[in-house]
Amino acid sequence: MNFSELLILSWKAIVINKLRSFLTTLGVIIGVFSIILLVSIGSGLQGYITKEISSLGPNIIDVLPGNSLATAFGPGSSNKLILQDARNLKTRLISTAEVSPISETATNAKYKNILDKNIYVIGTTSNYPKTVISMKLAQGIFFTLGQEQSGSKVTVIGYTMYTKFFDKERAIGKKIFLGNQTYTVVGVAEKTGITLGVDHDNVAYVPIVVMHSQFGIDSITEIAVNANSESLVPVVKKQIKDTLLKRLTTDDFSIQTGDTLATTISNITNMLSLALGGIAAISLLVGGIGVANIMLVSVTERTKEIGLRKALGAKRSDILKQFLLEAVILSIGGGIIGIIFGLAASFTLSKFFVSQVTLWSVLLAFCFSAAVGIVFGMAPAIRASKLSPIEALRYE
Amino acid sequence: MKTTDDIIKMVDITKIYDSLDVKTVALSDIDLVVKRGDFIAITGRSGSGKSTLMHIIGLLDNPTSGKYVLNGTDVSKLAEDELAFQRNKEIGFVFQQFNLLPRSTAVENVILPAIYAGVGSKERTEKAVELLTELGLEDHLNKKPNQMSGGQQQRVTIARALMNDPELILADEPTGNLDIKSGDDVMKTLKALNKEGKTIVLITHEHDIAAQAKKIWHLEDGRLINKP
Repeated sequence: MNFSELLILSWKAIVINKLRSFLTTLGVIIGVFSIILLVSIGSGLQGYITKEISSLGPNIIDVLPGNSLATAFGPGSSNKLILQDARNLKTRLISTAEVSPISETATNAKYKNILDKNIYVIGTTSNYPKTVISMKLAQGIFFTLGQEQSGSKVTVIGYTMYTKFFDKERAIGKKIFLGNQTYTVVGVAEKTGITLGVDHDNVAYVPIVVMHSQFGIDSITEIAVNANSESLVPVVKKQIKDTLLKRLTTDDFSIQTGDTLATTISNITNMLSLALGGIAAISLLVGGIGVANIMLVSVTERTKEIGLRKALGAKRSDILKQFLLEAVILSIGGGIIGIIFGLAASFTLSKFFVSQVTLWSVLLAFCFSAAVGIVFGMAPAIRASKLSPIEALRYE
Repeated sequence: MKTTDDIIKMVDITKIYDSLDVKTVALSDIDLVVKRGDFIAITGRSGSGKSTLMHIIGLLDNPTSGKYVLNGTDVSKLAEDELAFQRNKEIGFVFQQFNLLPRSTAVENVILPAIYAGVGSKERTEKAVELLTELGLEDHLNKKPNQMSGGQQQRVTIARALMNDPELILADEPTGNLDIKSGDDVMKTLKALNKEGKTIVLITHEHDIAAQAKKIWHLEDGRLINKP
């Protein structure tokens, strides 16, 4: 029996029981659908984050406390990075890069009778817009070196704060409370947007020294370094390392470039994609068990047919192929339907959330569904092929 | 064409069913020869070993001991797939229960043996239509078994048995499920086929059916009583 004849034979058996075949494939459809969709979300997330990072610019180097990204953001890490380290770096890198220390803390802000209890205060130096090039001003200026050195209580507020407190009125020159001190607004930052639920515009930039004395902070969260050119990045990294090691150990800080940051984050999101895909794969497995179950029923129901085919000259392999192909068609059919629905859902989702279909997830889902058919169709097919023609013909 | 004139040659065929502690001797020391062009009826009561003998003749089962040569090929010790090959080539089955695929048309049922023989789609369909037409079923080519009478169904079975042009037609109680008129028709068809040169072995418990064969052999307790 050649393949196309087997194909027709198996297809006929499938369409005879349309509803049952459909319900059987439903498990596979849902499994494949979930794999495609969840992996798309994972990849979409990854693509989004990578894009965000690269928008910082290729020359950005971040010095973070702790020896890795995980410990820097993790709980209980002892932060040994202090303002003096940033000053040392600034002196050392005077001809190769811009250096800005960054400290963050949350506090409340008040203007007239408007109160926001959750404002991010970012302490930094006056060269911040030169270091972090994404910082653009909508109104006014960033605070100056003079204001920074004289310890003036001045602030540049984010766009969300601006709309909330000043309702798009003129803000420059107004005094607002940050914590228990009043600051004069000297500038309003351009809108940068909300990423993954975090509003980057609900912030107030203040001189770092003023902030440290007001909030009693001495460590810093980050030192942002912007090399003067991309080719200088390796040199700058080495200079940073040499300078910091005079006071600190290698465990106390880590140096992230856009590249390493992207790698670290893409590792995390890859894990996420795999985990999501893995969970979806379990549902595909359940779908496979459904296929096996129905094939076993089908073999029992068609015992007589099998006996007859054998009596008329079908070899074991003919019967095996017939039933195996039936299982594979069921699961691949389910796979294809699942892929179509998965793609449709991913594209729809990408309109209002991050979602990006990857070829590998489609291929993987397809191969996986075919494999499910082979693996779960094998046992029933073997059982069918081993039936004795006499017993099978006698079966009622 | 094979040179031998003995379509079936059995020497000392014995079949013993061996269950846990009971040995049942179903057939013992069967010696028989069926010549080309013979029309043999094998009779016997139920439990006499008729079915077992039919299974062994039909290569659906292996004998426990003895030698069986079918149309010049020793088939006593063949493996399952080789038996399938020989069945497909040498034997046309006509069953009491017809054993047609219920969801397939007459033509689709008739071509089954040709599918497993590897005959091309066009060729086998033409042959099936030709056979069904010869048997008077030209108006029923695309009917399913449940749209046909018992007699018509049995003629489809006969067409299927003839599909690969085997030497031997093995009919197991072919009239058992039919009314008298249809049964007569089937017997007429078998006799006509015998005239055309087919060798026919008929298993039956009905004496008037057996009487229509050229020779009658009687089985009792697994032994052939009146050997030819």
